[in-house]
Amino acid sequence: MAAAHDLWAAYRLRWRRRRLLARSFAKRSQLSPLADRTRDIASGAILAFATVRNEMGRLPYFLRHHRALGVDRFLFVDNASDDGTAAFLAEQADVSVWTTPHGYKASRFGVDWLTVLLARHGHGHWCLTLDADELFVYAHHDRRPLGALTDWLDLTGRSSMGALMLDMYPRGPLGEGGPEEDPVAALPWFDAGNYVMLRQPRLQNLWVQGGPRARAFFAADPRRAPTLSKVPLVRWNRRYAYVSSTHSLLPRRLNRVYCETGSEAPTGVLLHTKFLPQILAKSAEERTRRQHFENSDLYAGYYDALRGGPVLWCERSTRYAGWRQLEALGLMSRGGWQ
Amino acid sequence: MTLGFVLLVHTAFDRAEQVARYFAANGCPVVVHVDGKVRPRLFQQFRDRLADEPLIRFSRRTRVEWGTWSIVRATQMASARLLKDFPDVRHVFLASGSCLPLRPVAELRDYLDAHPETDFIESVTTDHVTWTVDGLEEERFTLRFPFSWRRHRRLFDAYVAVQRRLGLKRRIPPGVSPHLGSQWWCLTRRTLDSILTAPDRAAIDSYFSKVWIPDESYFQSLTRRYSTQVESRPLTLSKFDVHGKPHIFYDDHQPLLERSDCFVARKIWPRAEGLYATFLDDNRTATRRAEPNPGKIDRVFSKANERRGQGRPGLYSQARFPAPGFENGLTCARYNVFSGLDQLFEDFGSWLSGRLGGRVHGHLYAPDRAEFAGGETVMNGCLSDSAALRDYRPTQFLSNLLWSTRGERQTFLFGPGDAQDVVPFIARDPNATIVAVSGAWAVPLSASNADFDTVKAEAARLQRAELVFLRTLRTPGVAARVHQWTLADFLADPPERLRAVMDEMSGPGPRRLTDLPAMRDTRGIPDFLFRLRNGGVKPLVMGNFDSNGTIADRGPAAQRHAG
Repeated sequence: MAAAHDLWAAYRLRWRRRRLLARSFAKRSQLSPLADRTRDIASGAILAFATVRNEMGRLPYFLRHHRALGVDRFLFVDNASDDGTAAFLAEQADVSVWTTPHGYKASRFGVDWLTVLLARHGHGHWCLTLDADELFVYAHHDRRPLGALTDWLDLTGRSSMGALMLDMYPRGPLGEGGPEEDPVAALPWFDAGNYVMLRQPRLQNLWVQGGPRARAFFAADPRRAPTLSKVPLVRWNRRYAYVSSTHSLLPRRLNRVYCETGSEAPTGVLLHTKFLPQILAKSAEERTRRQHFENSDLYAGYYDALRGGPVLWCERSTRYAGWRQLEALGLMSRGGWQ
Repeated sequence: MTLGFVLLVHTAFDRAEQVARYFAANGCPVVVHVDGKVRPRLFQQFRDRLADEPLIRFSRRTRVEWGTWSIVRATQMASARLLKDFPDVRHVFLASGSCLPLRPVAELRDYLDAHPETDFIESVTTDHVTWTVDGLEEERFTLRFPFSWRRHRRLFDAYVAVQRRLGLKRRIPPGVSPHLGSQWWCLTRRTLDSILTAPDRAAIDSYFSKVWIPDESYFQSLTRRYSTQVESRPLTLSKFDVHGKPHIFYDDHQPLLERSDCFVARKIWPRAEGLYATFLDDNRTATRRAEPNPGKIDRVFSKANERRGQGRPGLYSQARFPAPGFENGLTCARYNVFSGLDQLFEDFGSWLSGRLGGRVHGHLYAPDRAEFAGGETVMNGCLSDSAALRDYRPTQFLSNLLWSTRGERQTFLFGPGDAQDVVPFIARDPNATIVAVSGAWAVPLSASNADFDTVKAEAARLQRAELVFLRTLRTPGVAARVHQWTLADFLADPPERLRAVMDEMSGPGPRRLTDLPAMRDTRGIPDFLFRLRNGGVKPLVMGNFDSNGTIADRGPAAQRHAG
């Protein structure tokens, strides 16, 4: 009766997806357009989506990196920034931006807002949904544009691609060091081989944890360590919905970005630049706003540890040297895309 | 005007136009077949754009579907048009809109002038085919395939199964000898004309229209019927992945494509600006005029196929998370697990590392922390020694350690006092060598100064864990190499027991091990076991010591190496 049980689960997930979509659309009036350039989105354009708050330190490089990959248009939701983020974004010719003063947590950490934009503008496009502190890399990204990858994904019948969120950190204590234009130059180190994972039967996604945060902050309670698996690149359909951040989405077949028969599926890496020097101020703010975790109190210890300016670096840390290195380490795979 | 091209186009019209114009500019006539699925307006635009070039003509259109007769039909129509419109053409080259000439057409023409009677078409008998992905080699020609493999996979499979079951077979028409090969060929006018004007063509076509993937067999089989000289290789370089999808070439493949010395390659990514700019420029520096050699590219792509097909054994990642039974190796490298011996010998770990090399850890699964070699707190890959992190996913702790230390043999100590959740995984892993002396924990315990109730409780706890461990090593499906003795068995001849193990791990060594580490005093064991039994803890894992509490006849053997 496993099949019947599975059908029942699929049926319930269908309703869950509809509820998520309905809930997101109920919030559509929370978004007011500041610069809407969506009319000149060409068919076949590759779109990037993000919710941001006070990210002036990161956005110039974020835009540069993803433009160089071949993202054609960016769609941002600005959640009440006061550092000029919204104005900066509105100036960019390839950016559309909406603003909202409403709660980040009540919007499922921005996902409700993005769901509206994805459904309206992402339908039929390859969409890259990111955070401002994530830089997407994939095999051959230094010489083949994103369009080459998405064409190949189309050819091989895939409609989503997974990525590992790789926490990058500096050599010294967090919070030290001046601003650096390229965040990867400021944070060149990462953990190469301490990731653990489990297949979650309900959503069929792979739940990956580990990395420096698990090692340094969650050794006492590894279950709570941050989730590192994401499905950021999807050929979107207006009926799709992200469930929690971009870790998983519905319909659940889109979560099967990993290969279960022993071969390797194409995957990328999201270089996670959370630990830039402004992390201390940011995490103090996050902690008081209590907008970043479902159960914010449980993460008080994590914020306290961050505030102490810990050193994540250790003797066994690996210095970033490009996607070939990540592939050799098994953190990403070209999956047959030669 | 000895060479003409048939171009099958269904998308990327600007690239098709570029390539067609290139051929025409070099004096080669081109007949283009545009897929019937393309909207009339788009087709009209495309045709109008090329109206100024008299050497480019358009054939009648038909709707083309992958793997069906329609491709052959389109090829027939376009070839017939080419032969009729351009009577000077001696060789017809079949290409697609995503093909790109890698060498100047003049070189290809010279090459064909040197082989005026030769048909270049890969054409292999069904017995020798190695590349099909569906397993249907011979049956392509003897079964019927009315259902689309792409759209109605289940019906397709079911109908094949039914025909197999009922033993239904089609008759292969007389004079046709089934051959398979790449869809892309270069045939002489004489051969192509013979195929197209054969008196029994209606019957032949009707037969092949129901063959599975006729575009890989129609011309390949019929060429054998008419040709006087076949060279069984295509002049078009094309590579396929394990799922039968064509590999795409990008700008970064340029050096590779140049080295192949092939005349034409497919498929080219339509937006590979660099490739189109380079290879369609006849003024670039002269090439080497070598024989086409696709083998150079084969090596690179077969490696990719291997990885796509099997993945890297022992890797668990977001790219590769094999379901049970699909692991193709639970871990990536051989490793050794020693249980009990460190209880018996003083400083067994250092002796082992001198003996085996590689990295010899302490108890990786010790209750308080993972005892990495050298007392390190973080191992390769930033693997933490935290017991909580380790016990959260105990098997992936091990697979991560082995993955991050590839190239260096790992060895670790184990025992019933350690976290036991990893045991079934190790037992199923052919990479593991397990050396276990059961009941060896009794040796240090027998010398303990703690009160006997505490000792007894500890003995009961360790024995319980070890019984489960031993049972796991005896379950069906154990793939690890297991060397297991009871304490009594082992003590009968420790050097000989260890020698066998060491020989297996590091190759044959001296006949007898003479440098054994110091063994702890085992003389008290029989008495200790006697007291345990009388105290209510029945010793089950130590083996048979003499019932009256002595190991008289084994004593000397045990003592000989005690010092």
